[in-house]
Amino acid sequence: MLAIVDYGVGNLFSLTCSLQAIGAEAVITGDEGVLASADRVILPGVGAFGDAAAALRRTGMDKAILREAEKGKPLLGICLGMQLLLDYSTEYGRHRGLGLIPGSVQAIRPVVPAEYKVPHMGWNALHFPGDRPAHPLFRYIKEGDCVYFIHSYAGTDCGEHTIATAEYGPELTAAVARNNVCGVQFHPEKSGAVGLNILKAFCKL
Amino acid sequence: MITRRIIPCLDVKDGRVVKGVNFQGLADVSSPVELARYYSGCGADELVFYDITASAEGRALFTDVLRQTAACVFIPLTVGGGINTLDDFDRVLKCGADKVSVNSGALRDPSLISRAARRYGNQCVVLSVDAKRVDGQFRVFARGGREDTGLDAIEWIKSGVASGAGEIVLNSIDTDGVKDGFDLEMLSAVCGVVDVPVIASGGAGSIQDFVTLFRTLPGVGAGLAASIFHFGQVNISELKRALAAEGIPVRL
Repeated sequence: MLAIVDYGVGNLFSLTCSLQAIGAEAVITGDEGVLASADRVILPGVGAFGDAAAALRRTGMDKAILREAEKGKPLLGICLGMQLLLDYSTEYGRHRGLGLIPGSVQAIRPVVPAEYKVPHMGWNALHFPGDRPAHPLFRYIKEGDCVYFIHSYAGTDCGEHTIATAEYGPELTAAVARNNVCGVQFHPEKSGAVGLNILKAFCKL
Repeated sequence: MITRRIIPCLDVKDGRVVKGVNFQGLADVSSPVELARYYSGCGADELVFYDITASAEGRALFTDVLRQTAACVFIPLTVGGGINTLDDFDRVLKCGADKVSVNSGALRDPSLISRAARRYGNQCVVLSVDAKRVDGQFRVFARGGREDTGLDAIEWIKSGVASGAGEIVLNSIDTDGVKDGFDLEMLSAVCGVVDVPVIASGGAGSIQDFVTLFRTLPGVGAGLAASIFHFGQVNISELKRALAAEGIPVRL
């Protein structure tokens, strides 16, 4: 059973539908016990980092997630959920993340060319280090496959933990991973067949 | 490289798709769920569902259609029509919408944009603008293009983006339904003043119109159309292959 962390942030309807479509049994939960009994965990999220990080702490989900990650359980952060895995964000002040993967969250406006629109919104091609997907999360997809992005902040300085990027002027962090913990900046539940294949691969980690 | 998006727009009334020509003379086309699934299979990059229902029963039918669509179509869904309050945002976001487009609701109460952006994030708030040339100015029209607000479209869009709109849909009433190409002049004027993605709407009649749009205006992120897709005048997979052949980046 797969647990989708419910901490009052974001819209879980589409994510749940996409998991149903690939035949995964998913429950939406804010309960530590359910999280502990799940095989794998998805941390979703939209909106502002500071609010979401505060909501995680208020609901005690921060500690529960860290506990499950520590056990070696596969954890996937999506969009803001990916950003929350990092050390901190500079969105509207400085806010602490879960620190599961090294790196910080920074505005993309200063790093993308002036003529590029922000948010980075739309379908962009994934690039993998060495031009081929090495991480098992991407076992069913290939270099250049497009996924749907919608964000104004991105993970930076994730170093060797960056497992995919997307070109938007510079290469922006598209996915990160460290041991059993991974995160994607894009929305697999909104990325058609490619996205469903990423979720399918996560269910096999 | 970011790709240019092709977006079919489905006007939904009482659970069925309709599309007007120059906002008049509506004709029933098809089932929204089936149409959405078909478009997604053809390679549509996003879908816009526009609720033109006025009654409460129609609203309930609309959210049913939205839920059914979100359960089987895994591309972004934008919902517009009748969005006047944060409760309206909530209602459609819970049923599977990813972005919510405001038009008349924001004209009546511009604070709707900033309040929605604060609660759901800028990326969720799309400002849709119906504009038309009046006395040498691009003028904002309300109520589905029937009422001249007297507002300057460029100024209105600038203030909408400053308030937190994360994307603009610019529908030119002058070219809408004419099928002789997008309103490049109006789009260019808007792209020049905003930093957020701009979606072109109104006027597409052929594949060439999309080629011209994306060639001429690098700042336009997407092209939106309705009846030419619904009536099969332009097939979306053919359109995207044609764009790719012209060197315009698209998702194939």
